Amino acid sequence: MDFLIFENISKSYGSNKVIDNLSIAVKKGEIFSLLGPSGCGKTTLLRIAAGFEEPDAGRVILDGQDITNLPPNKRKLNTVFQNYALFPHLSVKDNIAFGLKVSGFGKGKINDEVERYLDLIQMTDHASKKPAKLSGGQKQRVAIARALINKPDVLLLDEPLAALDLKLRQRMLVDLDWMHDEVGITFLYVTHDQSEAMSISDTIAVMNKGRIEQKGTSVEVYEAPRTSFVAAFIGDTNFFDGEVKSIDGDYCLLSVESFPDIRVYNDKAVKPGGKVYLSIRPEKIGISHNKPSEEKINLLKGKVEEIIYLGSHTKYWISVNGFRISVIAVHSTFMLDIKEISFNDEVYIYWSLDSCYMLEQYKEEDEALLTLPDDEILDQETV
Amino acid sequence: MKPSPYSKKRNELLSSFPSFIWLVILFVIPIGVIFAIAFKAADPYGGIGEEWTLSTIKELFNPIYPVIFWRTIYLSLISTFIAILLALPVGYYIARTGKRMREIFLVLVIVPFWTNFLIRIIAWKVLLHPDGFIKKILVTLSLADPNSILLYRPETVLIVLVYSHLPFAILPIYAAAEKFDFSLIEAARDLGASRFQAFRKVFLPGISSGIVAAFIVVLIPSLGSYVIPELVGGASVEMIGSKIAQRSFVDRNLPHASALSALLMLAVFIPLLFAALWQRKAALTGKFK
Repeated sequence: MDFLIFENISKSYGSNKVIDNLSIAVKKGEIFSLLGPSGCGKTTLLRIAAGFEEPDAGRVILDGQDITNLPPNKRKLNTVFQNYALFPHLSVKDNIAFGLKVSGFGKGKINDEVERYLDLIQMTDHASKKPAKLSGGQKQRVAIARALINKPDVLLLDEPLAALDLKLRQRMLVDLDWMHDEVGITFLYVTHDQSEAMSISDTIAVMNKGRIEQKGTSVEVYEAPRTSFVAAFIGDTNFFDGEVKSIDGDYCLLSVESFPDIRVYNDKAVKPGGKVYLSIRPEKIGISHNKPSEEKINLLKGKVEEIIYLGSHTKYWISVNGFRISVIAVHSTFMLDIKEISFNDEVYIYWSLDSCYMLEQYKEEDEALLTLPDDEILDQETV
Repeated sequence: MKPSPYSKKRNELLSSFPSFIWLVILFVIPIGVIFAIAFKAADPYGGIGEEWTLSTIKELFNPIYPVIFWRTIYLSLISTFIAILLALPVGYYIARTGKRMREIFLVLVIVPFWTNFLIRIIAWKVLLHPDGFIKKILVTLSLADPNSILLYRPETVLIVLVYSHLPFAILPIYAAAEKFDFSLIEAARDLGASRFQAFRKVFLPGISSGIVAAFIVVLIPSLGSYVIPELVGGASVEMIGSKIAQRSFVDRNLPHASALSALLMLAVFIPLLFAALWQRKAALTGKFK
């Protein structure tokens, strides 16, 4: 059931269109992520849901009720802010109790509930501390409890882990998932971190320039990206463009770049002569010194340009007729026993006919997202 | 070389020495002199007598003083209260507005100081005069009787006190509001607080240091004010400042004026002491963290 619905939302600041006629629906009980680079409008959309911003056009519907014009305090939505926004003059306990107090609940009920949520976030021992005395992770948990105690219909999380270091982020991610199962509240989760979004979400909506590029499960958006932006923003990929030469059942034969012709699964039902853009993930490409024996593969020959060994896998850049292809070999064997692929080697690279995916939409600017600096690759490795 | 704790302490003492001397010479000693003169008698030529005496102190029990003291305290407290009440939304608004407008508003708050204080008070007298602008408007709107007098009433003194001290309330409250994290208001609203609840439960505690500062800097000049009651209050709304002026300029009785000043000083000192203690307690409980 669609629970929180954004309907044709538009929002501009001056001449800057932040959200452009956007419509999405969040289902009851799910963790729904808005994933996108900074400035894509994801936080603005969250603030529109919370009632801090008014859309120029469109409606927000929660549980069948139009809430577009309700003030923030009248919405059954609560927010976990990026900087936590804990009240510095109140103790942990009073911070958590704030929502119930302003709603006029009785002292006894408030105390019971606060105890329960202090227990949920394992902060009972710190109940009387002021926020200034807490660590980042503790503040984070207090912010979550302070929001959850009001039993909102939807919990809005604005980059809740951005201020934490990597190890803590991973732990909090598990905690968040656990708390979600515990309270059964719908989460709308805003993040720019693809690994965070993929690991926690039931549904991901990838946002770019105020629009939804694609909505789907983590696997769907990773394996079957609709646009070049989605393919490049989530994980790493290779882009090719080619022309359809002929159709062969479910597959089509393409002439691509300066390569020998390659075969691709034709899920988009393209016709001969049509232009197609392809994305293939680096880890789906095999690499070997010897010509592979498999049938039903696309095979290219190239030269090793760059090698980054990362333990669990190695990243290669292979030059094929001057075109650079990135390849990731995941290691499942003892590497010292294997003849190493080294710089300038002539190698075969190959992939299954089904591994390449046709994009619906391609923009050249998205290629900029592919050139990852090395330390960022190393960062991802530790995730 | 790392400075030893001893030399650090010595450096601190050395660098604070000039301001310490300044304070002693120009502040502590004069106050001591005023307190001392209160225990002397006046001589017939406006000077200070040789003998130590308690007679000047005894004159403070003159039955006219309790009324004037009480009036001084309640007018000051009420005017301080009103000034802070008015300054809160102004400070809030200035802190929330854009950088350009903020500068304009701050200049507007300060601009009255470019006109001499005395001129501004006399301007009030002109406005409130029986043939003055305000009186005419009130009579036209039939809000005032043509025979009523606007000047020389406690309310008038109160209005002018608030008027002249309002900038002193706005500036510290603005300074505190400017440092206030307004996302906390959003958080409060998000948690179900109405606008007013968010203001009262989050904004006011957040700028409490500014409110305390405003309270002190408005209350103290109010208690000592002399020009305002003198010009717009007249003989019927005297404050203790007016009496001190009378004793020194008209009666040429410096010991008596000193005794009144000393008493006023104690009246100023006590709220200050409380404020300081309160602030210290708040600092210890981490309120200003």
